[in-house]
Amino acid sequence: MSEPGIKVNPDECIGCGNCTSACPFGLIEIVRGKAVIKEGCTFCGACKEACGYYAITIETPEKAAAPEKASGVWVFAEQRGGAIKGVSFELLCRGRELADNLKTELVAICFGNNVQGADRLIAHGANKVYLVDSPDLADNPEDHLTYKLVEMVREYRPEIVLAGATALGRAFIPRVAAILNTGLTADCTGLDIDAEKRLLLQTRPTFGGNIMATIICPNKRPQMATVRPRVFKKGNPDNNRKGQILKIDFKKDGFTARTKLLNFIEDVTERVKLEDAEIIVSGGRGMGKPENFKLIAELAEALGAAVGASRAAVDEGWIPYSHQVGQTGKTVCPRLYIACGISGAIQHLAGMQTSDVIVAINDDPNAPIFQVATYGIVGDLFQVIPMLIKKLKQE
Amino acid sequence: MNIVACLKQVPGTTEVKIDPKTNTLIRQGIENIINPFDTYALEEAVRLKDKHGGKVTVVTMGPPQADAALREAISLGADEALLLSDRAFAGADTWATAFTLSRAIVKLEKIDLVICGRQTIDGDTGQVGPEMAEMLTMPFVAYVSRIEEIKEAYLRVSRMTEEGHETIEATLPAVITVAKEINVPRVPSLRGIMRSKSAKILTWGIQELGVDKDSVGLAGSSTQVIKIFFPQRIHKAEIFSGDLEKQADALIDRLKSARIC
Repeated sequence: MSEPGIKVNPDECIGCGNCTSACPFGLIEIVRGKAVIKEGCTFCGACKEACGYYAITIETPEKAAAPEKASGVWVFAEQRGGAIKGVSFELLCRGRELADNLKTELVAICFGNNVQGADRLIAHGANKVYLVDSPDLADNPEDHLTYKLVEMVREYRPEIVLAGATALGRAFIPRVAAILNTGLTADCTGLDIDAEKRLLLQTRPTFGGNIMATIICPNKRPQMATVRPRVFKKGNPDNNRKGQILKIDFKKDGFTARTKLLNFIEDVTERVKLEDAEIIVSGGRGMGKPENFKLIAELAEALGAAVGASRAAVDEGWIPYSHQVGQTGKTVCPRLYIACGISGAIQHLAGMQTSDVIVAINDDPNAPIFQVATYGIVGDLFQVIPMLIKKLKQE
Repeated sequence: MNIVACLKQVPGTTEVKIDPKTNTLIRQGIENIINPFDTYALEEAVRLKDKHGGKVTVVTMGPPQADAALREAISLGADEALLLSDRAFAGADTWATAFTLSRAIVKLEKIDLVICGRQTIDGDTGQVGPEMAEMLTMPFVAYVSRIEEIKEAYLRVSRMTEEGHETIEATLPAVITVAKEINVPRVPSLRGIMRSKSAKILTWGIQELGVDKDSVGLAGSSTQVIKIFFPQRIHKAEIFSGDLEKQADALIDRLKSARIC
């Protein structure tokens, strides 16, 4: 077998350029009549498919097959202060479907101190809960979590391990994957199963959300992924569902901890950080005066959202600069962006147009904001916003 | 202190555009830059050196052109630069990237601290820092927003989580990733620019690293990209009609079915 990688056979390539326009990353150039593949290739195979002359070959290195023993889908059920986080239930809901597809069990792994409601993990789909409850695990010590999870994976051999792409999950799950020498896909927004090959199809945004990539881990187990919170639905609990809660011992003597939490200060000033917010309600020049931003704050409150603003509103001094969204402010990518009284200057659009769903509320039907919006309400925002608040409160 | 700042050369994706006809990235006119998050890592490394003495080594893995990113880093205060470049490194996933970087770092003169940006703006994974920490058997702290104290054997940092700020102490040597709140990177000095032009950039391939080619690049990667596609962007807004109450109901209904509220 030749060297792994992608090659253009110069004898077959006619320089037609089909591959150039097929490469999603724009990495192929025709140089002196032959295709040249530049650095940065992900070996996705789009060019190979587009080439009518079989001039492009991709050699993947031969690797040992995945161990057959591995079975079961694991969900790391994150908790904080004993309370299980919402993302854990979202992962269980999707995890249940994946496990059913693979005809295997779904297991929730929960580390903490005095964890409340472990039975809810069963109601949300787990067949089994491995509960590691110890005072030494109270503050989610990442060193302990890392080495204990590694130990458990080695003992029980799951085929899939999922965790929330939270600050905690994104910090310690890669360490687990590094030690286990297996693949890990970050920040997935889609998970599916190839049942025949028992593969987890992991889809994630890349290049700032401009491109989606589906990734597999064919030869190593477990297949690991972190998943963005609020991508999957939570599902309704079924309190009649039966399952086992198995308590697992934790003795910290066996583990080295080289980091120590000394102090924690809860953020109260900025309840929801703009850049990390799942939902943002923004106000622009159409708000008219600073007092009217209260309406924006009320709508944000009703949705559990952060408050943003256009440059115009900031320049007017209606709201501090830290709330500004746009080219000279913050770039945001929430699941929902509600633009109120914002016309949609290109500089503002640059900071928010990759949001999943954009709602525009404006009295001018020709405002450019409607060109990037998913949904629009044309009308007086001083009537529309109070109506939305009223309706949301009724929910 | 001997500090390593890891960086990656990336396309300046804030300007990334998609060709609507071919559905591919338009690379023309897009310059390669140092991953913005890594500029905070470099700046913090240089500040620590200025305060405590020692030296800053910047390390990158990439094609020969990544030399430009390292020279820029030197103009911003790095003392030495190491380029990990080999055809065998191409196609590396985060595990193989972390492995390659970690093998290089262990070969450097005793390192006290490794600083990385929290993530890159092209891959966006944030996995290389923590994976590397395990491969170096060093403690790890993510999302550091302030270095409060640094002593011979430990450092104390403040880091950001969803809920607030934690103060964490870690033994040295350690690996940290930094958030952009940590500092405001400087602009290159004239002297720095002059120095960067003549600076020697050390280049290592698999020979120099002494690693097996099956553990790096595509061969060393457990993950594999099988499909690339483009997210659907709706360009035509659904504008609701009817009286105000009906419009509000319609909107909330759409948001609920998209599981947003």
